[in-house]
Amino acid sequence: MNRVSSIPPELVIPSGAAPLLTVEHLTMRFGGLLAIDDVSFAAGEGEITAIIGPNGAGKTTLFNCITGFYTPTVGRLTLRARGEAFLLERMDGFRIAQRAHVARTFQNIRLFSEMSVLENLIVAQHNELMKASGFTVTGLFGFRAYRNKEKEATDLARYWLDRVGLTRLADINAGNLPYGDQRRLEIARAMCIKPTILCLDEPAAGLNPKESGGLNNLLNYIKDEHGIGLLLIEHDMSVVMEISDHVIVLDYGSKISDGTSLYVRSDPNVIRAYLGEDETEELPPEIVKDIKSDFDPESRGGI
Amino acid sequence: MMIESNNNPRGIDIAGLLKESAIAALVALGLTIVMLGLRTVDTTTGLGITTRWPLVAVAVISVFAGRLLFAFRREWKASKGPVSRDRKEEEDRAATIIKRFSTIGGPVFIAFALVLPLMPFADRYVIDIATYVLIYVMLGWGLNIVVGLAGLLDLGYVAFYAVGAYSYALFAFYFDLSFWVCLPLAGLCAASFGVLLGFPVLRLRGDYLAIVTLGFGEIIRIILLNWYKFTNGPDGISGIPRPSFFGLEFKRTAVEGTQTFHQFFDLDYSSMHRLIFLYYLILILALITNFFTLRIRKMPVGRAWEALREDEIACRSLGINPTNTKLTAFALGAMFAGFAGSFFATRQAFISPESFTFIESAVILAIVVLGGMGSQVGVAIAAVLLIGGTELFRGLEEYRMLAFGGLMVAIMVWKPRGLLAHREPTIKLHPDKGPPPEAIKAVTEGEGK
Repeated sequence: MNRVSSIPPELVIPSGAAPLLTVEHLTMRFGGLLAIDDVSFAAGEGEITAIIGPNGAGKTTLFNCITGFYTPTVGRLTLRARGEAFLLERMDGFRIAQRAHVARTFQNIRLFSEMSVLENLIVAQHNELMKASGFTVTGLFGFRAYRNKEKEATDLARYWLDRVGLTRLADINAGNLPYGDQRRLEIARAMCIKPTILCLDEPAAGLNPKESGGLNNLLNYIKDEHGIGLLLIEHDMSVVMEISDHVIVLDYGSKISDGTSLYVRSDPNVIRAYLGEDETEELPPEIVKDIKSDFDPESRGGI
Repeated sequence: MMIESNNNPRGIDIAGLLKESAIAALVALGLTIVMLGLRTVDTTTGLGITTRWPLVAVAVISVFAGRLLFAFRREWKASKGPVSRDRKEEEDRAATIIKRFSTIGGPVFIAFALVLPLMPFADRYVIDIATYVLIYVMLGWGLNIVVGLAGLLDLGYVAFYAVGAYSYALFAFYFDLSFWVCLPLAGLCAASFGVLLGFPVLRLRGDYLAIVTLGFGEIIRIILLNWYKFTNGPDGISGIPRPSFFGLEFKRTAVEGTQTFHQFFDLDYSSMHRLIFLYYLILILALITNFFTLRIRKMPVGRAWEALREDEIACRSLGINPTNTKLTAFALGAMFAGFAGSFFATRQAFISPESFTFIESAVILAIVVLGGMGSQVGVAIAAVLLIGGTELFRGLEEYRMLAFGGLMVAIMVWKPRGLLAHREPTIKLHPDKGPPPEAIKAVTEGEGK
């Protein structure tokens, strides 16, 4: 009990889950621009943590700090998973994926478009295959160890292809897939590095309502069956409110709210950030209602 | 003018065509008056000018006629209404043809290359050119690793070729080592130079990388040119030892206590023996390069190269070390250039920095690009066309490079992605059958959405 109460209030996870990723006093400065200003939060194990906020709030910058594309100016990022702890801010970009198994997707899809769907998933298992191929030397001579490992890798790829419904299209170039399939393939590829935490940057962007419903199911499946944590940047509030266990709201690089989706939805800070300071009264009531209903999945009816 | 003819597909606007051609001819006139029409000559009183109006007339008339022909063809096609056949379908058909050609073409080429020296027409000249072409095939395949697979544009590839050639020549000169000892050493030296170049340029991409590699190529050449004490500078190194066939020399008379090739096999001495031996040697080296590339493409590192070519940021997010991956590509590509270089040195028996100018890099790169990046058979065909072709056009003298340029432009217009640009996946979930037809249909429909 004492230990719990000693956790600083900004690191409390609403559901009380064990912290998987803790972000402490993260600050990111680009010259004179303060993109992230002293943000602290914790993401729980086996939970979906959503990060929302208006455009330019620093959500993607936060992701880039966690996944090693930026080195934070100040702050500590700790990942505790599989009995180990990693200080992410001290690791080289690609080592975060290699050692700590932090997987991510991108806002604008980044697939290997001239390679086949299956190859995309095999490349994701590069490090394990590299070891099995004796760093290419024994693999080149066709040793059995590598062939077995490649078969294993194909099986894992097939498992995820089945989950995202792309098994039939496995030998087609990834660039030829329709948009929604590309989004799902990117998630499958990220899952092939056997992640401890999966960071999704706007996975529902550009999806139609049916596809985004399918995405919700996929994310829930990943959470329930694989028990990993998910970190989610999303603008589509129907996705956020429906599936996230924990919501963090950023505005102008600062955290303005942190709690369950129910709590965040009614937080006056959040409403002010989305609707503007004193303009609430000036807007026609039906527009205000419209914006508010964005936060409320039940009022969205059939969509 | 264009819009009108599109709106009215049946009629061909002859006046418009003539006008268009006349404008093109006028432009040609403006250009050729100065470039062809006037020529400075030395006269006794100083610099004089002679005129060559017939040449200008020929140029202008041919431009007019050519433009008219092209425009007429375009309009005639448009007059037949919209193209009925689906572009996609056409591409698919081309892909199947290329695929079939690639699978059948490879073995046919290899078989032909194997029996070539036994052919009745294979005289000294043919074997010489074939050897020369094969050097470039091997260089093309080596560069294909760097450019085609890893997507790193290397304009200084000839530097590694030079390192290979000079390391053999210098090892032989200073330490008296034989070809067979030097061959791996030369490959190793070139690979180390690849790593040496790789380290500082890893952060660069695209154009910047191209410029740095271009500079590197020149640096190597200039060092070879100026380090007189070590490399003999512009005079080059001569008397490079010839390779032996398992210790049997290709000489008319044997050194005391050894046998020559023709004595051992009880043949009459012929200088062709050595040439044919060299031919088979480069053929084997080239085939090793080919099989190595085909095999490594299916290794994790090969797939990582291709992934790196597609998207470096995504690679990093998957835990692939971009530094090491690029370095291996550079080193392995350089290694094969080193092998080819030491073969070049032993074949010529004389090397000088003049053989390793930028134009060599450009030709090798042209072979890879024209062949279709990543396509092994395509690279071989392009090497035959470009190197063999320039040999064929030797009679054209100074117009040879013009023909060379024309050929390159033609291929780029006709096949912008290279002669045989078709990529087979390195691993398949549904082997042989290809994706089921309904899957392809789903994708095509998806695109239409």
